[in-house]
Amino acid sequence: MLDYKPNMVLSNEEFDSVGKSPIRHDGADKVTGRARYGADNNMPGMLYGKILRSPHAHAIIKSVDASAAEALTGVHAVVTSADWPETSMKLTDLAEGSIHNLGFLSMNILARGKALYKGHPIAAVAAVNAHVAEQALALIKVEYEVLKPVLTAAEAMKPDAPILHDRLAAVSSPALRPGGLLEDDAESMQTNISNQFEFSLGDLEQGFKDADIIVEKETTTQAVHQGYIEPQAGVAHWQADGKVTVWSSSQGQFTVRDQTARFLGIPVGQVKAIPMEIGGGFGAKGITYVEPVAALLSRKSGRPVKIQLTRTEVFEGTGPTSGTQVKCKVGVTKDGKIVAAEAELIYEAGAFPGSPVGAAIQCMMGQYDIPNAHLKAIDVVINRPKAAAYRAPGAPAAAFCMETALDELAEKLEMDPLEFRLMNSGKEGSRRVTGPVNPLVGYIETLQAAKDHQHYNTKLEGKLRGRGVASGFWGNNSGPASAVAVVNSDGTVSLTEGSPDIGGSRVAMAMHVAEVLNIPVEDIKPQVGDTDSIGFTSNTGGSSVTFKSGWACYNAAQSVKEQMVLRAAKIWEIPEEDVEYKEAVLQHKSDPELKLTFKQIAARMIPTGGPIVGSAGVNPPGPGPSIGVHVVDVEVDPETGKVDILRYTAVQDAGKAIHPAYVEGQIQGGAVQGIGWALNEEYVYNDSGVMLNSSFLDYRMPTSLDLPMIDTVIVEIANPNHPYGVRGVGEVPIVPPMAAISNAIYDAIGVRMNDLPMSPDKVLEALWAKEGK
Amino acid sequence: MAEIWIPPKLQQLTGGNQQVQIEGTTVRRLINNLEAQYPGIKEYLVDEMEDDLIAGIAVIVDGEVSQLGMLEKVSENAEVHFLPAIGGGCLGQL
Repeated sequence: MLDYKPNMVLSNEEFDSVGKSPIRHDGADKVTGRARYGADNNMPGMLYGKILRSPHAHAIIKSVDASAAEALTGVHAVVTSADWPETSMKLTDLAEGSIHNLGFLSMNILARGKALYKGHPIAAVAAVNAHVAEQALALIKVEYEVLKPVLTAAEAMKPDAPILHDRLAAVSSPALRPGGLLEDDAESMQTNISNQFEFSLGDLEQGFKDADIIVEKETTTQAVHQGYIEPQAGVAHWQADGKVTVWSSSQGQFTVRDQTARFLGIPVGQVKAIPMEIGGGFGAKGITYVEPVAALLSRKSGRPVKIQLTRTEVFEGTGPTSGTQVKCKVGVTKDGKIVAAEAELIYEAGAFPGSPVGAAIQCMMGQYDIPNAHLKAIDVVINRPKAAAYRAPGAPAAAFCMETALDELAEKLEMDPLEFRLMNSGKEGSRRVTGPVNPLVGYIETLQAAKDHQHYNTKLEGKLRGRGVASGFWGNNSGPASAVAVVNSDGTVSLTEGSPDIGGSRVAMAMHVAEVLNIPVEDIKPQVGDTDSIGFTSNTGGSSVTFKSGWACYNAAQSVKEQMVLRAAKIWEIPEEDVEYKEAVLQHKSDPELKLTFKQIAARMIPTGGPIVGSAGVNPPGPGPSIGVHVVDVEVDPETGKVDILRYTAVQDAGKAIHPAYVEGQIQGGAVQGIGWALNEEYVYNDSGVMLNSSFLDYRMPTSLDLPMIDTVIVEIANPNHPYGVRGVGEVPIVPPMAAISNAIYDAIGVRMNDLPMSPDKVLEALWAKEGK
Repeated sequence: MAEIWIPPKLQQLTGGNQQVQIEGTTVRRLINNLEAQYPGIKEYLVDEMEDDLIAGIAVIVDGEVSQLGMLEKVSENAEVHFLPAIGGGCLGQL
């Protein structure tokens, strides 16, 4: 058993800077309120934009009359989708790896022809203040033909369901355009199923024949919100010279630039996107909502325009994650080996195609070695806001089904649930059910660390208390990234990188540079560059930043180091091969008297050849998947059905934790979001498609008062594809909590909860049903 | 020769074969040789206008998602898969 500590790092390799937990460079600004977020930018002559939203979940927009609004004193511009070019419906790579169906995205930002959810933007107004803008919205006359909405995937898949998109296609065919749309002359398929795909491995039929025990499971989850504190906000200024500058809070300033340019029909070089601080995103701020509209209003008014969403607009008009229905069937031999698994995943995409079911299907069984499998994924459009990414998009709902099924199997086998998972764990060289073989992974070590943890080995006592475990898989991601390191004459280094910082990444980037150069991390001054001052960097998402931008910073620092060696060689008039760089000191390999520190070279860089600037642009392969294993103790109140979390431990393979305190924060944050998803959170709609709980008063997220401290264990199985072994850490911790808590509730009261959230009313009903009441 | 794993929906084009052995030193060459052997399959993988994989498809070579797509080099005994691209944290579908 491991000795108990609230936060542990099971480390195999020590570094000088990497692996420490210094104070973040942006910390003082944030705790003193000086940091500037999306809504903090104000400019002379700035107007305030407001968006008119559909009151109907499904309606044809027959006409929009904005004449009265335009005539109102103080109104400078009114726009609708007619004010920007119709965008191609082709699934498009914006030239730098960001893939979107821009036609759908354009229609999501401003409805064209049809309103597809309550809250769908119809028009926007820019006025001298927010009050006048709101008054103007009330003057816009929109004539709707109201249609029957379809609010769940189950309804949307029925043959007689109302159809959202006439040109949507259900199955692959040569007549399809990429993106799932029919050619214009093809007959409508009258479907809401926008995509279906499958994976098969081995011989499923034989696998189930070989099984001694089979468990079948069906689970459902509701749409939930990412819960970021800062609503989407930004300012756009279309200048007199035709250039557009956008200041906004996003997970990717290059996405803001590219989408704004594409929707407005101008070259990307005409748009500059400046990243502000971001008050949480969790995936939702990886696409644009307000920036292109603000730019459109700015073009029409000639003034800078700010749009800041309200909380209700965030709930009703931006993307939550999908509601889901997942089925699985898993067969095991009597000695505990999984021999077959089958699954069907149906994910609600919202009003436009593109739920995270593709990621879900690849993550559902990713950490296991299963020889025979068949998985089917279905993406369905419904009259709700378009689903957006949310931390490990798609994976938590899939894991909820799989990991609760495994719990049932372990019980039937009378096996320890972690031992059962260890027996079936994937490892380097084993094949995932989606086909590819695993690279070096830390699944076994992470499961073992959970099994060895003091929490798991401490008896849980008390009535109506239970313990549950579950694991989760996330593949992690990479992408293009850029960094520039500039040496200053005092020996500090100004570091500009391209990843918006949503989890403390600036300090992690600085630590990469500090480690290479052997200088204090406090001497590095990191900043996130705008689109004109740093090379393209893909979104902060997919748990990619520390891997990809870490690589860029590492390479930029290596370049600085090489230039430092050249400068020393020049000063000493010796070949560069005779100079070595050790602990921030350059010295002659054979003459110990010849030494110059990093700071001394920095002070002499101008006369020895000019500024020292290291830069790098990368697109590194091999981010390496990771696994999280969670252990939770709960207590169920039989009078109210309320579930209390008594103790929670999250174990995770981080490859190498660059900044362990922030990795712990990521793990704790993911676990807490998962707990909220498990126990309380859901979008509640009435039959007309109106959200009934679009405020944080009614949409219940956990607070610190609801939770114990989350204990963490960081396991470090180094990723060989990163100089320090990094694996992404931000997403996998949200994958196991729902299943772990469901399993714990079963252990406490003997009832399997298969529908999220496991709110008090549902738990109480389940208890009553069990007791025959 | 490299082993290409054929997605289930395309296996009708390979006579039901789940895996096929194809020669080629890059993903581009593999796909071209695959097309020569199993006509019609390329249009499901390649956007001819863009000269690249269809947006939304990722190629996995020996267990790692390629960042180079069609330009990725492929070793003699490589294993190649075509899977839906995962944006993660940022969906690539909308």
